[in-house]
Amino acid sequence: MSHIAVHQNKAVDYKALSALCPFGAIVVDNGHIAVTSACRMCKLCIKNDTRGVFELVEDDVAGTDTSEWNGIAVFIEIYEMKIHPVSLEMIGKAQELAGKIGHSVYAAAAGEKIHTAHVEELLHYGVDELYLYEAPELKHFRIEPYTAVFEDFIVRRRPSVVLVGGTSIGRVLAPRTAARFRTGLTADCTILDIQENTDLDQIRPAFGGNIMAHIRTTKHRPQFATVRYKIFNMPERITNPTGTVIHCTLPPAKLNSTIEILKVHHKEKVKHLEEADVIVAAGRGIGSRENLKYIEYLAELLDGEVAGTRTLIEAGWIDPRRQIGLSGRTVRPRLIIACGISGSVQFTAGMNGSEKIIAVNIDPNAAIFSIAHIGIVGDVTKVIPELIENIKADAAADVKADAAAEGTAERSTS
Amino acid sequence: MNIIVLIKQVPLSSDIGMDEETGVILRESGNTKMNPYDLYALETALRIREKAGGKISVLTMGPPQAEQVVREAYMMGADYGYLLTDRAFAGSDVLATSYALSQALTHIGIGDLIICGKQTTDGDTAQVGVECSEFLGIPCITNVKRIIDIQPDAVTIESDMGMTIEHARITYPCLIAVDKDIYQPRLPSYRKKKATALLPVEKITLNQLKDQNTTRYGLTGSPTQVIKIFPPSRTSTHEIWEGEHLGRRLFALLRDGKHLQENV
Ligand SMILES: Cc1cc2nc3c(=O)[nH]c(=O)nc-3n(C[C@H](O)[C@H](O)[C@H](O)COP(=O)(O)OP(=O)(O)OC[C@H]3O[C@@H](n4cnc5c(N)ncnc54)[C@H](O)[C@@H]3O)c2cc1C
Ligand SMILES: Cc1cc2nc3c(=O)[nH]c(=O)nc-3n(C[C@H](O)[C@H](O)[C@H](O)COP(=O)(O)OP(=O)(O)OC[C@H]3O[C@@H](n4cnc5c(N)ncnc54)[C@H](O)[C@@H]3O)c2cc1C
Ligand code: SF4
Repeated sequence: MSHIAVHQNKAVDYKALSALCPFGAIVVDNGHIAVTSACRMCKLCIKNDTRGVFELVEDDVAGTDTSEWNGIAVFIEIYEMKIHPVSLEMIGKAQELAGKIGHSVYAAAAGEKIHTAHVEELLHYGVDELYLYEAPELKHFRIEPYTAVFEDFIVRRRPSVVLVGGTSIGRVLAPRTAARFRTGLTADCTILDIQENTDLDQIRPAFGGNIMAHIRTTKHRPQFATVRYKIFNMPERITNPTGTVIHCTLPPAKLNSTIEILKVHHKEKVKHLEEADVIVAAGRGIGSRENLKYIEYLAELLDGEVAGTRTLIEAGWIDPRRQIGLSGRTVRPRLIIACGISGSVQFTAGMNGSEKIIAVNIDPNAAIFSIAHIGIVGDVTKVIPELIENIKADAAADVKADAAAEGTAERSTS
Repeated sequence: MNIIVLIKQVPLSSDIGMDEETGVILRESGNTKMNPYDLYALETALRIREKAGGKISVLTMGPPQAEQVVREAYMMGADYGYLLTDRAFAGSDVLATSYALSQALTHIGIGDLIICGKQTTDGDTAQVGVECSEFLGIPCITNVKRIIDIQPDAVTIESDMGMTIEHARITYPCLIAVDKDIYQPRLPSYRKKKATALLPVEKITLNQLKDQNTTRYGLTGSPTQVIKIFPPSRTSTHEIWEGEHLGRRLFALLRDGKHLQENV
């Protein structure tokens, strides 16, 4: 059994030694320093004690022969008529990793019937081999048949790395399959890199984002990792894909499930402010009720929610449920754009935990700038409309480019 | 009906910081509590018992001090409590934790329904419940938002699948992971605290488990290795923009930050 050994003869200051462990695992027991089962093997005691009191004693476990596992695999999530964009982002990452070690990119997709256009789309994004599983039992995601499919794919292809999207489906499928292969799974990676020996460097936040952990799965294969949407970049679409499609089937007995899906309905979009990923917040500086329409339009373009300071709530311009602050809601979105808001403590108390704070204010000394990551000194009634124009122009250009790409690639849409 | 709830002891505050220089995790106090997400799991079990009858057991794996969370569960109304503890389990990752829990569950009997929380506030992986279900060979559903119906042989639930909301019927034995806010958890009761003060917490150690192979537990049984932990870089310090074309610059920033992609 691997454990932290204590060299009692080197232990002097018991109190300082106990304080080394953030998990309270180092205790004084019967006049000796002891490491209890609260130890998480974080190794900080070894790192931070200068006298060599602690030592990691590791068992030698025979691991998997890693050279038998090759390639980077991606689980593709297709829901109804759409490929989840995180799947494409992962293909981009898989290409980058595979390129570094001279491996291929594999992908697996399952569903009742997979549209030809989807298949071709995936090849255009650079998948070398695409494994397709189609069966009526795979219409809805259910854990047993989907794990059977994923297991079959992994056994056939033996990939070194398996990437799964951190979606509702991925967060069940990945652990279930990783446990079946008795291998490691690192959750919600934000950085991925690969060593020449195919060990994957995985970096992820834990403790609510207060700590980053660098994790490796060195002795087991495949190395599973989940990745959230919008962490990695979309790959370039290639015009002449060379990948191939492999159709696979499983015996019906493997597709059994004791779960019966009774009803599926689309989510309504109305969200609570607290759950919003993006918030556009307005304050007195927007000038007029009329100007609120820019705020609303921007929120719509960013798929976010509108919020306001108490001033605008009291003026009756914005619904009271959308007030941020001490006497309103506390929010922690990925992005908040504060427009014409002075940044009083009563307001910032409700939003200063946001991941990215952008503030637009005409007054260079506005308090909001002290908490903003990006402070834009300017007239909100000019900056926001200019921003909206740019977003619209970009979207229009995208539509054109897509149409052009479809024309040259001569995709069949049957 | 036999329900088992999986609960974990976590550090008191999720506002754990880290000393940027020494890499030492700073904790305001050495205090711990029940993982807040597990309160919802326990509350779900209590509501089901109110409707369908039966017994609720709670199981936690942790150091001897983790007995405290079992006592907390007693104060909320759990009937039986188990503490899985052994030095052999130290340093377990998700795989080793789930395997040990599944062995303990087999030891005490897996019952009809196993309920776990969405995730923890420390390790924060949201994987333990699902991996347990695999080791037990039973189906699982996560993101459960509502219990629609309890039948003698199955439970009907509503779950949040991201893009859709689904209603599903799942037969026992099975495992569900419930979302925050499925029910409002009750407060521990002083009366129950007194009534359960003498109620034992049954300890389970490695030598009671069917699989005694120590390479499957603890650090040795953990495929993932934490190479290093470090504070997140706070690179996004303050920038001030002035001048012309601020709207266009902001557009470029939002595009590069992927805020203009379609949301799912
Ligand atoms: C007990 C208590 C509780 C409170 N709770 C809350 C609460 O929950 N939430 C809350 O929001 N407030 C709360 N307040 C009120 C709070 O103190 C502030 O008064 C309020 O937040 C200010 O709102 P504001 O930023 O919209 O307006 P102001 O403070 O008037 O700021 C307007 C800003 O707009 C800028 N501006 C003007 N013109 C332009 C332009 N053309 N372009 C760009 N910028 C421009 C100005 O420079 C100024 O900084 C509370 C107050 C108290 C006493
Ligand atoms: C910084 C850091 C990062 C880590 N990253 C990873 C990683 O990426 N992959 C990995 O495999 N391990 C990782 N670990 C180890 C992992 O956190 C622990 O193995 C832990 O025991 C299980 O995971 P969790 O806390 O994430 O639980 P979760 O999977 O988030 O918990 C879900 C539910 O399972 C139940 N549960 C969880 N733990 C217990 C328990 N001990 N007893 C009873 N019920 C329980 C509860 O109902 C809980 O609500 C990490 C640890 C640290 C300190
Ligand atoms: S390895 Fe980490 S958890 Fe274990 S005793 Fe050392 S500091 Fe504590």
